[in-house]
Amino acid sequence: MKDTTHIADPVIEARGLNLTFATDDGPVHALKDVSLTIEKGDFVSFIGPSGCGKTTFLRCVAALEHPTGGTLTVNGMTADEARLKRAYGFVFQAAGLYPWRTIAGNIRLPLEIMGFSRAEQDARVDRVLDLVELGGFGRKYPWQLSGGMQQRASIARALAFDADILLMDEPFGALDEIVRDRLNEELLGLWARTGKTIGFVTHSIPEAVYLSTKIVVMSPRPGRITDVIDSPLPRDRPLEIRDSQAFIEIAHRVREGLRAGHGDGI
Amino acid sequence: MIWIVAALAFWAAAWVANIRLANSGAVRTRAGRLAVPAIFGITVLVVWEGLVRGLGVPGVILPPPSVIWAKITTSLPTLWIDFLQTFVKGALSGFAIGCGAAVLTAIAIDRSQFLTRGLLPVGNFVAALPVVGIAPILVQWFGFDWQSKAAVVVAMVFFPVLVNMVAGLQASERMQRDLMATWGASYWQTLVKLRLPAAMPFLFNGLKIASTLALIGAIVAEFFGSPVMGMGFRISTEVGRLGLDMVWAEIAVAALAGSVFYGLIALTERAVTFWHPSQRTK
Amino acid sequence: MMARSGPVLAVLGILLAVWYLAAVGMNAQWERDQAARAGTKVTWAEILPQTMAQARPVVPAPHQVAVALWDGLTAQAVTSKRSLVYHGYITLQATLVGFALGIVMGVALAVGIVQSRAMDLSVMPWAIISQTIPIVALAPMIVVVSGSIGIEGRLIPKGVISAYLSFFPVLVSMVKGLRSPDAMQVDQMATWSASAAQVFWKLRLPASMPYFFASLKVAIAASLVGAIVGELPTGAVEGLGARMLIGSQFGQPLIMWAALFAAALLAGVLILLVGQVERLARARMGVPA
Repeated sequence: MKDTTHIADPVIEARGLNLTFATDDGPVHALKDVSLTIEKGDFVSFIGPSGCGKTTFLRCVAALEHPTGGTLTVNGMTADEARLKRAYGFVFQAAGLYPWRTIAGNIRLPLEIMGFSRAEQDARVDRVLDLVELGGFGRKYPWQLSGGMQQRASIARALAFDADILLMDEPFGALDEIVRDRLNEELLGLWARTGKTIGFVTHSIPEAVYLSTKIVVMSPRPGRITDVIDSPLPRDRPLEIRDSQAFIEIAHRVREGLRAGHGDGI
Repeated sequence: MIWIVAALAFWAAAWVANIRLANSGAVRTRAGRLAVPAIFGITVLVVWEGLVRGLGVPGVILPPPSVIWAKITTSLPTLWIDFLQTFVKGALSGFAIGCGAAVLTAIAIDRSQFLTRGLLPVGNFVAALPVVGIAPILVQWFGFDWQSKAAVVVAMVFFPVLVNMVAGLQASERMQRDLMATWGASYWQTLVKLRLPAAMPFLFNGLKIASTLALIGAIVAEFFGSPVMGMGFRISTEVGRLGLDMVWAEIAVAALAGSVFYGLIALTERAVTFWHPSQRTK
Repeated sequence: MMARSGPVLAVLGILLAVWYLAAVGMNAQWERDQAARAGTKVTWAEILPQTMAQARPVVPAPHQVAVALWDGLTAQAVTSKRSLVYHGYITLQATLVGFALGIVMGVALAVGIVQSRAMDLSVMPWAIISQTIPIVALAPMIVVVSGSIGIEGRLIPKGVISAYLSFFPVLVSMVKGLRSPDAMQVDQMATWSASAAQVFWKLRLPASMPYFFASLKVAIAASLVGAIVGELPTGAVEGLGARMLIGSQFGQPLIMWAALFAAALLAGVLILLVGQVERLARARMGVPA
């Protein structure tokens, strides 16, 4: 279904992005001179230690933070305009489902806000529940589901309104390794089926290498990009690819980038 | 003498029964859990009756439960009129107006971070004051009838509910509000779909406190001026005539009304905030 | 601290402004009636200052109350019947008696409830119900009955009412506090073969201290309300509640409002003092501020 030759349209374009917070202990350079191009259909992972700006960058794209310098365009508009046009879905580290709504009710929430008709809402809810393999769980309440299932519901919610871009901030961080592996596989399958552009923040090197077409290594103080790695791995990847030579080499390069970033600017 | 012995014997037996019950498997059932406090309550009544009769306590100091019950059954019409006047017209209407105004004020203030930050400390302080003291003033302004009683209730109920509602509106997490922003939701959409439901546990906390204050306010207000009916009125006049059995009868009605009111609010709370951890853990 | 005082002052300023408006609005009618009786006409410019200086206003202006309050606190001999300090002292006595009694009752019942399942199931529901019973309904009777048993004065009955209102917050907090140690800590005690008494004295009681001190602020406020409620319905002549009563019954609204604000002042001071005790206790027990 998905065309493997991806169209080289920049979807997210950042040039010399700067974000400085004024704190009691002096200014904090959360982002310094960050320039990056993300193309349509890319799966981009952001990896680095705490304070490197990876979450901050994602939040700038989402117009939840505003840079103090530089330019940022999303789909050719400013981030705020893109946000109002509902250009992206955001998945946080915690599922953040409303306990007073059923799973279906939670997925319906953004659709209600955006004004879809009731019939549209029902159709979309069913479709995305199947997409994340939670079909039949619509009537349950969040606390009746496991952590992994709640996070899947949260992803379904982000997919429900057909945004082209999916932004995910350490979505699997709170889950155990076995569930995480499974969700990683499912996420790749989802990406293949829907062709979305995905920005993914993570702490885990194997996760970053396994999932992405492009890995952005960042380091703190000030938050900046140390390396951008275009992954040579094929789009279609089974879990076993993690034991392959190519995988290990990329992971090694990521680790080197992290170590280099750690060495300077202390 | 025989009364005292019987009363103490009953007390001992009930105590043993309760200890047995409490440590047995019966408490896993609803009936078992209700039986223990029920036995305790009945024991109190029995001991009361026994000691009062046995020690020959004069009726003008403490009448026994049997006499109070007799008074209740013979005075139902009066008790009913008093109940309507004090509880329904005074306490309930004041409760409704006061809580409604507090919720609306909280929502109005919520738009200004500045005012909200200033209001919480002031509101907490006023909520701790003996507001009941303005009852005489309000009777002066609003007259003798139920309106002044409702006014006292409004004054007593407003700040506790306001403070709880403001706290409730602040309760939704930053992440939830960020999520709303990513969907381009307007202020009103965020208010209705996220912040109001999230505020409900706090609101009901305030409503439960308000329910106890409402009845107190209505009764106290009646001490300062009332048409010839109402629980407060009846209590103060009967105390003057040393008709303590009627006083206790009125107190019994007030206790019943207060408990039922509180219970109804607790039931509504369970229905509305069924999702809250405190309602789910047993 | 600075960031917080700004909004608080703003809110207080707004409340003060609303109060002045209410005073002008509610008192204006009387001024107009007076003028009509004298056959003269008055303009708003003339009414305005007069509404804020009436002898028996419907709503006294804030500065009038402030003056009456200052007068009652400082200009009277401390032992005279017109001194708010004297009446405050009377009310304070009952408040403290009730507070002490309420603490004892609350703690004793809490210990019983936590240590005995029978007490937990039988007493706790009644404790909750006790608060839905308007104690104020019992107030006149308690005063009369205590008089007929031969108890002198109103201190004991007022103390009883105050204790009734203040024991419940202490009870609820102590129960929560005594039950606060988690399963892990209780298990640890079991590995040391600790007896029930040892678990209580060495684990549960210390763990409950933060909860206990937090409840004291609510308890003292409730106790003050109880003391005043004890004075109101029974024609007392001493105490802040009595002063409020006398002010309203003898048509001296300024006396009533001054007493009300003196009660508010007393409440504020008591809550502040108890808050300081709480802070000291928390520091001694190593609880982060």
